[in-house]
Amino acid sequence: MATESAVSTLSVHDAEHDHHEELSFWRKYIFAEDHKTIAKQYLISGIVWAIIGISFSVMFRLQLGFPQMKLEFLRPIIGNWIDESGKLDPNFYLALVTMHGTIMVFFVLTAGLSGTFSNFLIPLQVGARDMASGFLNMLSYWFFFLASMLMFVSLFLETGPAAGGWVVYPPLSALPQAHMGSELGMTLWLSSMALFIVSQLLGGINYITTVINLRTRGMSFSKLPLTIWAFFLTAILGLISFPVLLSAALLLIFDRSFGTSFFLSEIYIAGEALPNVGGSPILFQHLFWFLGHPEVYIVMLPALGITSEIIATNSRKPIFGYRAMIASMMGIAFLAFIVWAHHMFVTGMNPFLGSVFMFLTLIIAVPSAVKAFNYITTLWRGNIRFTPAMLFSIGLVSFFISGGVTGLILGNSALDIQLHDTYFVVAHFHLVMGASSAFGLLAGVYHWFPKMFGRMMNEKLGYIHFWLTFIGIYCIFFPMHYIGIAGFPRRYYAFSANDFTKNIFHDMNAFISVMAIVTFSAQFLFLYNFVYSLIKGKKATQNPWQSNTLEWTTPIVPGHGNWPGEIPAVYRWPYDYSKPGAKDDFIPQNVPYSATPESNLPHENELISLEKAIEAQNYNDQFKQPH
Amino acid sequence: MKEETEEIKWLEEEPEETLSVNPKRFILWLFIVSILMLFASFTSAYLVRRAEGNWLDFVMPPVFAYSTGVLIVSSITMHWAYLAAKKDNFNALRIAITVTFVLGMIFLYMQFQGWVELVKSDVYFVGNPAGSFIYVFTGMHAFHLISGLIVLVFALVAAFRLRIHAKSLDQIHIATVYWHFLDILWLYLFFFLLYFH
Repeated sequence: MATESAVSTLSVHDAEHDHHEELSFWRKYIFAEDHKTIAKQYLISGIVWAIIGISFSVMFRLQLGFPQMKLEFLRPIIGNWIDESGKLDPNFYLALVTMHGTIMVFFVLTAGLSGTFSNFLIPLQVGARDMASGFLNMLSYWFFFLASMLMFVSLFLETGPAAGGWVVYPPLSALPQAHMGSELGMTLWLSSMALFIVSQLLGGINYITTVINLRTRGMSFSKLPLTIWAFFLTAILGLISFPVLLSAALLLIFDRSFGTSFFLSEIYIAGEALPNVGGSPILFQHLFWFLGHPEVYIVMLPALGITSEIIATNSRKPIFGYRAMIASMMGIAFLAFIVWAHHMFVTGMNPFLGSVFMFLTLIIAVPSAVKAFNYITTLWRGNIRFTPAMLFSIGLVSFFISGGVTGLILGNSALDIQLHDTYFVVAHFHLVMGASSAFGLLAGVYHWFPKMFGRMMNEKLGYIHFWLTFIGIYCIFFPMHYIGIAGFPRRYYAFSANDFTKNIFHDMNAFISVMAIVTFSAQFLFLYNFVYSLIKGKKATQNPWQSNTLEWTTPIVPGHGNWPGEIPAVYRWPYDYSKPGAKDDFIPQNVPYSATPESNLPHENELISLEKAIEAQNYNDQFKQPH
Repeated sequence: MKEETEEIKWLEEEPEETLSVNPKRFILWLFIVSILMLFASFTSAYLVRRAEGNWLDFVMPPVFAYSTGVLIVSSITMHWAYLAAKKDNFNALRIAITVTFVLGMIFLYMQFQGWVELVKSDVYFVGNPAGSFIYVFTGMHAFHLISGLIVLVFALVAAFRLRIHAKSLDQIHIATVYWHFLDILWLYLFFFLLYFH
């Protein structure tokens, strides 16, 4: 009888489908409301930004590694920022550093990572037809696009883009007289970021609503894949912290454009006092880092979620400590909001307050270590399949640990005062946040490429890409720790002014730069692989990694609404890999316990009686409502 | 006795129902959270800055107190609109939304008068942050209130096209909750400014 009713609802759905007229090209590919198309838009935009952002770092690495080098060959790209003697303009060097940070943190690792995978995976893995609001989701992408355009235009200004560091501290960023990058470039930076924040809020609101309200029958929170948990917590972090950055940006805009003094006080330029009195530049730092610190986890958590999924699938083992993983992500998300002042130990803050923030900061090591151990124990004695996605996930765990350990050093206020703004900090956050979440992004692309485009990526190229990138990144950032301990400050154009930096570490800086070029070049292998596989890759099967989550129950290339007919119900958690007694080494989430008597544990046999109740549950199927 | 324990056991084992709130209403609440965070951040910036001293003391123009009253009344009329929609009383619904809209406009005008008063007493947007913050608070709130007015216009159009009725309350529900939120937000800002000026 149950099957009969299922069949009848199925035919009703098909009938409903028929009067969906074919969407025009614009509605289907450009102003699309389908979450899968929007995810691809984010992915492509993220890749374009990543090429721009990383190429900037290669340009300033050339300056740092080879200060005497003639950079004439860059003239076709950056024009007159190469001066007559063939040197990189110092002002543009600052702009490059700033733009590298801004682009990588916000446009690649926030929009490119969350935007791609939250959009793509949330509806597919929780069992929904689409996002809660396709329209808001579309707006989210186009706000991001506008933000991208403004930032892109600012690269071509005569006075250059913003150049006060990605943290845009006033007064440097507030006064156009301070630096040429603080003129129109900074205005565009702020406008772009305001639009970017709107985009992230629209996206995040959609993610949270979808996870809470559009889960399919039986998909309780304790059966959600860890990817979804990670995206969910990331969206909550964004929802709470991005408005704070917006407030800081607005006040800075008022200071710059209307002459208020929120962040400015008693400043003399060329002997003349500015009228601004009574502001506090430290206030900006508080507001900025209240976003800035959670932002680190906004970048990191999705990558960790993706890794959990990929490591469990490719170890053919249940994830170790599912609930501990959720609890530690919640712990990280909570702590993220109360540690921001560890970026400000050198602002002259009360040492007692500093020790409170130090204590809270060091506590983050606990949930992070729980996660690291859980990854390792999941791998332990697993039947590991080294797919490229798996390699990148293991690489992520490696970076997360080696970068996290230096976090313990920097979290100590006494040590931080010594190491603040040196290359030690640069090495730390590039490993723990930059490289690891980039690896999460790459792992995600390798893993879900078959679901996105219906074709497989080339594995051999993937392996070469992985080893070049993995070794390259360690060669770049490991030596940086030494340079930082030696006292080399970050963001400097040249180290010729100080005695303690003048004559040492030339060779190491040159080595880092060479490795940066090698690693950057290796990314073109990925790009080639991506484009080639898109067109000529091997056709994917429905479930190429033999994975348990719901997205692999859809057709190879899911259409509008993701599942033809009824959405599958969910009966078990997503990590039933290599279950003793089972026929296969994986049991997808939509297989009921009644179908697997050979592998059920005693308490699972008791759950069989609940299957009818699960099937009868209410859930929001958007196709059942007029839309 | 035995039956009772069995029943309790059965209750415990019931599969968790997937939560299903109306997604549109839920989206509204999340929007409210983000707006709340924006203002929480403004007001905490205010407190941090105020604690540093060099703070301009001035009297809040009384017109802000009157505008507060107007906004509270508008909240009541908005609720009237919601009740009318629930009872399919279309005339009352249209009148109530219109009255709320007009009261909202009056509120905005009074806020503007508040700015005029501030300028008269030599408190400018540009100058000591104590003054600048007042303009930012009122200005940002007014900006959000305008968005609330736009929501009201849509609700009014829907009311005239008979798209709001007892069986289709989503739109009026969203408009009402948003309007009440804007009201409470202003009350928070108003009393915050009174207490910490």
